[in-house]
Amino acid sequence: MIEVVNIHKTFGDNYVLKGIDAEFKAGKNNLIIGGSGSGKTTLLKCIVGLHKPDEGEVIYDGQNFTAMHFVERVEIRKHIGMLFQSSALFDSMNVQDNIIFPLNLFTEMSKAEKIDRANFCLERVNLAGKNKLFPSELSGGMKKRVGIARAISVQPKYLFVDEPNSGLDPKTSILIDELISEITTDFQTTTVIVTHDMNSVMGIGDHIIFLHNGKKWWEGTNKQIAHTNNKELNDFVFASPFMQAAREKL
Amino acid sequence: MLFHLGRYILLLRLAFKKPEKFAVYWKEVMREMVSVGLGSLGIVAIISVFIGAVATIQTAFQLVSDFIPKAIVGTITRDSTILEFSPTITSLVLAGRVGSSIASQIGTMRVTEQIDALEIMGVNAPGYLISPKVIAGVTMIPLLVIVSISLGLLGGYIACAASNEVSTADYISGLTDGFKVIILQVSMVKAFFFGFIITSICAYQGFYTSGGALEVGQSATKGVVYSCIMILFADLVISRIML
Repeated sequence: MIEVVNIHKTFGDNYVLKGIDAEFKAGKNNLIIGGSGSGKTTLLKCIVGLHKPDEGEVIYDGQNFTAMHFVERVEIRKHIGMLFQSSALFDSMNVQDNIIFPLNLFTEMSKAEKIDRANFCLERVNLAGKNKLFPSELSGGMKKRVGIARAISVQPKYLFVDEPNSGLDPKTSILIDELISEITTDFQTTTVIVTHDMNSVMGIGDHIIFLHNGKKWWEGTNKQIAHTNNKELNDFVFASPFMQAAREKL
Repeated sequence: MLFHLGRYILLLRLAFKKPEKFAVYWKEVMREMVSVGLGSLGIVAIISVFIGAVATIQTAFQLVSDFIPKAIVGTITRDSTILEFSPTITSLVLAGRVGSSIASQIGTMRVTEQIDALEIMGVNAPGYLISPKVIAGVTMIPLLVIVSISLGLLGGYIACAASNEVSTADYISGLTDGFKVIILQVSMVKAFFFGFIITSICAYQGFYTSGGALEVGQSATKGVVYSCIMILFADLVISRIML
């Protein structure tokens, strides 16, 4: 479980996060949603340690991550997998080398074991046999799946996903969502997903946090979201006529 | 200015921390050595031959006197090539070729979140990305300068053979006459520092890139310009101290 306690973050005069408290449970798809500029990516970066919060704490299974030094954090980071919005695959490495990169650095596995692990991860994301392709040879959806394969190669306890569906067609988006959801259930990872894709929200949102103006505005599940009276949340989720019509059927 | 100097020093400190796994870093060092060394061999060879030839022709043109032995052309060409032309001009060219490549490569990794990905994994990103490049720079650029010196002197020989100004026998006599080891030492010290300047400054510019493709280009430009200025400044300081 990951706990976020009273996180504040400013960039110059821009007060982005204004005291966020949240809990992200293991084995659940925890979604952070909100409009552009609401602070969801900043919150994610504070949780993973890419941004240092001005105030507040991030606690991984009882360990205060915020108070840790870089070297101490490495022990927790060995259990973190992250899928970036741009996939962030290493251009100079092929798919297999991307996946085994963290294994090379932090495990004593033999080469054969690492290749077996890469093959397992690639099969898990339906990309078996694509080991030798380079990122420039992959489509957007394939890059996301290789990103997921790299993230799960270390058997993570914590999985972070930033905008998994951006730039993908609806069918591929659903596949990616299903894949993340399956991994969360199978490996019992604490999964935190930043998204503004309403299909993801309604499809896999076991636990949803809605950010508005840098504050936690609403918290609940995808089943509760259709029946809430929270004006800002309704304006965000049911902005389109299609979603309004869908809501009436729920 | 002081802000950048402080951040540059802190980045280098991080870059030379103990690696997570020596074997992985060693592989990167080898890869960078091939990129910096073998990758630059062609351009270094071409400019060196021409510089040596031009230096010989111009020296011969300026020493038109019966009282000056022709062999002096070889001596002047040798000393100016070893002391100045090979280390400095080669390094200025390498700042363009190697430096811009380093800055744009690391800058692209920054804007495409690849550096964030390294940090999330618990990898010391400055160490993994910068230290192999700096090590490759300080080892391969002196070797390239040695190649450049050899080819520069060969260029001078070709220029003598192709013209009637100075005979090849006089040129070789000048090359071998009164050679002092200190000039080679100064040249190698310069090459070592120039290698460090090119790789570290360009890596710094790339590492702190923010924005997109436009900013990556700007970082590469800044890296090359600042490297060139620092090379010329270091050239002055080393020459003043060692000669």
